[in-house]
Amino acid sequence: MVLCLTAVCLFCGAILGIVNAVTEKPIAEAAHNALVASIAQVLPEGGEISDANISDGFEYYTSTSEDGVIGYAVKSSTIGFGGTLTLMVGILPDGTVYNTSVLAHSETPGLGAKCTSDEKFTSQWEGFASDKVLKVKKDGGDVDAITASTITSRAYTLAVANAVEFVKSMNGGLGNE
Amino acid sequence: MEFFIIIISAIFVNNILLSQFLGICPFLGVSNKLSTATGMSGAVCFVITLATIVTYLVNQYLLVPFGLEFLQTIAFILVIAALVQMVEIILKKISPSLYQALGIFLPLITTNCAVLGVAITVVTKEFTFGGTPHMLNLGESVVYALATSIGYGLAMILFAGLREHLSMNDVPKPFRGLPIALITVSIMAMAFLGFSGMV
Amino acid sequence: MEDLEMSKWSLVTKGFIKDNPTFVLVLGMCPTLATTTSAMNGLEMGLATLFVLVLSNIAISLIAPVVPDKVHIPVYIVVIATFVTVLQLLMQAFVPSVYATLGLFIPLIVVNCIVLGRAEAYANSHNALDSALDGLGIGIGFTMSLTVIGIIREILGSGSVFGWKFIPGDGILAFVMAPGAFMVLGYLMVLFNKYLRHS
Repeated sequence: MVLCLTAVCLFCGAILGIVNAVTEKPIAEAAHNALVASIAQVLPEGGEISDANISDGFEYYTSTSEDGVIGYAVKSSTIGFGGTLTLMVGILPDGTVYNTSVLAHSETPGLGAKCTSDEKFTSQWEGFASDKVLKVKKDGGDVDAITASTITSRAYTLAVANAVEFVKSMNGGLGNE
Repeated sequence: MEFFIIIISAIFVNNILLSQFLGICPFLGVSNKLSTATGMSGAVCFVITLATIVTYLVNQYLLVPFGLEFLQTIAFILVIAALVQMVEIILKKISPSLYQALGIFLPLITTNCAVLGVAITVVTKEFTFGGTPHMLNLGESVVYALATSIGYGLAMILFAGLREHLSMNDVPKPFRGLPIALITVSIMAMAFLGFSGMV
Repeated sequence: MEDLEMSKWSLVTKGFIKDNPTFVLVLGMCPTLATTTSAMNGLEMGLATLFVLVLSNIAISLIAPVVPDKVHIPVYIVVIATFVTVLQLLMQAFVPSVYATLGLFIPLIVVNCIVLGRAEAYANSHNALDSALDGLGIGIGFTMSLTVIGIIREILGSGSVFGWKFIPGDGILAFVMAPGAFMVLGYLMVLFNKYLRHS
C-alpha cells in the first residue's frame, strides 16, 4: 500500500522533472520575449537595448544608437484598485513620455482593466510632452482618466510620473545629457 | 494597522466566495441549513489556517531551496490531504464533541478549492497591504488565511440564513433549488461590491 | 458493429446535455463562475480542463487494477496533479498570456470535482478507450457550458463576442463582475431545467 503510493509519487515526480527540464527554456524565452516586446513598444525603433540596470529601486533599460541615448524604458509599479499595477514606461532623454505598456495588473475587468485597451486612455501617453502635468484632470493635471476608474487612472499616472521623475534625476546626475 | 487592513480586505473587500469564487461547491452544497453551514465554516476556518502555515513552510524550506517550485501544486494538495486526515484522527481522539460537530465535513474539505487556492495565493501573489507590493511573511500569511476563512464563514452563514427562509417560499418550478440560490448569491455579491475600494 | 459505434458516440455526447457537468451534475463551479468574464476566457478554461480530464481518465483507467483500494484516492490525486502541473508548465512556455489571464484557476483544476469525480465514477472501472471518450464528452460539455456563459456575460457586460464589439458603449458592468456570474449561471440553469432537462 505504502509502496504503491511511493512508487506513484516517484514516477509522477520523475515525469514532472522531465517536463520541467524541457519547458524551462521556452518559459524563460517567453518571459524574455514579452519583456523585449514591451520595451520595443514603448521606445522609438533603431536603438541597441541594454541589459537590465537597477538603480533607486527602478529596473530600467537604456536604448542607444550612434548618436547617443535614444530613450529609457523604466519598469514602474504602483498600487492600483485591485493590486499591483506594473508598467513599462518609455521616456526620451528630454523627459517626454514616448509610450507606455502594462506589464501586469489586477484591475477590475470592464473598469480599471480598460487601462490596457481603452483607446482614448492609452493613446494619450504617446508623446506625452514633458511640460504637461502628470496628474488626472480631476486632480488638476492633464491626464484623461478612464471613465468610472479614477483610482486606476491615478495609479497609472503615478507610475508614469515616478518613472519620469526617476529618469530626470538620473539625467541630472549625469550632467543633463 | 497593516494587519487590520489585511483583515478588512480579506473578509469584506475581496471576500473569497463572493468576489474570488473559491470554494463554491461546498458553499452551494451545505448551505441548506444554518447549523450545517456553521459547522462547515468552522472546519474550513481551521483547515485553511493550518494548511496555509504548513504549505508556507513546505514552500519556503523545502521547495524553494531545491528549486522545485514546479512541484508546488502536487506538494500542496498532498500536504492538504494528509493534513485533513490527521486533523480528523486527532480530533476523534482528543475532542469527540468537536469531531461530531466538524467531523463529517472534513473529508469534503480536501477538494474544497478555497484551501488550495489560499495556499497557492499566499506563496505566489504580491500583496499591496501597507503601501509597497511585497510577498507575505509567515505572520501576515496566517492573518490573511484566518481572515479569508472568516470571510468564507461569514458569507456562508449569511447565505444559509437566507436560504432557510427561501425554502419556505413558493418558488416557480424551474427556479427551485440551485437556480434561485444562485440568483440570491448574485444579489449578495452585489451588496458586497459596495465594500470595494474601501482599502 | 453499428451498435458498438453508436454506444461509443453516446459515451461522448452524454456529457453535452444529459450529464452536462455544469447544469446537471453542478460540478466545478469555481472556474465556471470565475473565468467566464469573456467568451474566449471561458473557452480556454474549458479546453484546459478537457486536456487534464482526458489524460487523467486514460492514466487512471490503466493503473486502477493495480492500485490497492485503500490508497486509491491519494494516488488519483497525485496522477491528476501531475497532469495539471504538466499543463501549467506547457501553458507558461507556449501561451504565457493565456496562463496569465486564467492564473490561479489552472492549478485549481486539481481540486475540480469533475476530474476526480470522473476518475471515481468511470475511469476506475472501464478500459482506456471508453475512459478517454468519457473524459472527452464531459470535457466538451464543460467547455460548451463555459463558452455559453462567457458569451452571454461578454455580450451583456462589454457588448462584444470573442472580442468582436457590436454594441457601442460600456455595457452593463455588473455582468463582468462577480454578481453577473452568479446571475447568468442561475438563469441559464432555469432555462436548462425548463427546456432541455426533461425532454
